[in-house]
Amino acid sequence: MSEMLHAQNVAKSFTLHTQGSVTIPVFEGVEFALSSGECIALTGESGSGKSTFMRMLYANYTCSKGSIKVFHDGDWLDITTASPHSILEIRKRTLGYVSQFLRVIPRVPTLEIVAEPLVALGTSRETAMDKARDLLTRLRIPERLWQLSPLTFSGGEQQRVNIARGFIADYPIMLLDEPTASLDAQNRATVLELIEEAKSRGAAIAGIFHDHETRDAVCTGSFDVTSYKVGAND
Amino acid sequence: MTQTNEPLLRVDNLTMMYGDRVGCKDVSFELRPGEVLGIVGESGSGKSTLLRSISAQQEPTNGVVEYQTRIDGVRDVYQMSEAQRRLLMRTDWAFVHQNPRDGLRMNVSAGANIGERLMAIGDRHYGNIRSNADSWLGKVEIASERLDDLPSTFSGGMQQRLQIARNLVTSPRLVFMDEPTGGLDVSVQARLLDLLRGLVHDLNLAVIIVTHDLAVARLLSHRLMVMQQGKVIEHGLTDQVLDDPQHPYTQLLVSSILQN
Repeated sequence: MSEMLHAQNVAKSFTLHTQGSVTIPVFEGVEFALSSGECIALTGESGSGKSTFMRMLYANYTCSKGSIKVFHDGDWLDITTASPHSILEIRKRTLGYVSQFLRVIPRVPTLEIVAEPLVALGTSRETAMDKARDLLTRLRIPERLWQLSPLTFSGGEQQRVNIARGFIADYPIMLLDEPTASLDAQNRATVLELIEEAKSRGAAIAGIFHDHETRDAVCTGSFDVTSYKVGAND
Repeated sequence: MTQTNEPLLRVDNLTMMYGDRVGCKDVSFELRPGEVLGIVGESGSGKSTLLRSISAQQEPTNGVVEYQTRIDGVRDVYQMSEAQRRLLMRTDWAFVHQNPRDGLRMNVSAGANIGERLMAIGDRHYGNIRSNADSWLGKVEIASERLDDLPSTFSGGMQQRLQIARNLVTSPRLVFMDEPTGGLDVSVQARLLDLLRGLVHDLNLAVIIVTHDLAVARLLSHRLMVMQQGKVIEHGLTDQVLDDPQHPYTQLLVSSILQN
């Protein structure tokens, strides 16, 4: 198992300038490492900052201190200081992220949205479309919906489109924010299969899972974010 | 997004003063081929002034705009001869105005609007020009049968798409857009956004887009620059600026969006 991501001495606080410039310290001294073939569950009660931490790993949120190094193209890059160009390259080829929200341009067909990350990597359109069809089928999105924009879909369907898009490229590192929330048992089982397949091809995975069953089924370890909350050790 | 690390455009310490009043001040950035830069900020923050000063429409008080030309390498845009600059503006650059009436000739046909840019760079074969114009109408989703109609008979959304076709027919590498979705209703906006995003990707266009709509900025741009009172107060990866804004003004801007 080789290390793929390494956070060292990371701190995060939010300063709310529109609300009296109050500063909310969130984390300090976070140490976190992720290796290929692992699936680590980020744990902690609701509001403890699991999603915040995941967003920091994706460079969606900035860090106040510390470094988050990502193994990208044979080099270690610190995403807390990398240029926007580098971060976009890292996200395109190394770091995948399944968020809870689908953000797309209205009118673009579901099939295109799912295939897009693979097309961006230079895979031929036909191959990308084939893989998108395969994933949508596995995730039980009826074929009659594939040419429609997912913005009209139900919450669970949107979530599955998001998962298909997140799993279409074989990212070396994957971040999953509640990938099985709002899914029925059958679809949850499919997502667990997808996670297992990613693990066995060597992906390094960090995830937030709302239920114990999912966590116990796929995770190889857990990471409690509350131990790095500011004031946790007072 | 891009194959090269060489910047296509480099803006250094650009300042535009209107007498004592600041239009924009000390703006510096680089843009690579295929990269989309969004400029956001409220009305009067200097977005459009900056766009005009970069795109050679208004000489800045101070600062340098350098462009990687196809033939002569890196050139200072304001040190070129007037003729060279005009050639650049009508071939390798394009400018999409908020109001299509500012970017189209309303008294000639749609086909002529597209063909005019081709003739300006020396194309003289009528048949080629017409078929090229026709193919561009198709790309912006306007039916061929409207080729000979005047743009004044088009809807606002169609006029905007015609303006885009007119601009892109010469295969520019850098496109300036000033609120391109500004006057359009929401359904038409979505169609235009989809179209723009496809064209940017397929043609590897570098784009500087001024908008006050943060949703448009999020969907189209890789990087975002936030302006207030003529200055760039925050600049970075689009989703980072919008989701974890650091500057008080950016926080105010982001928190003022109505949730749906």
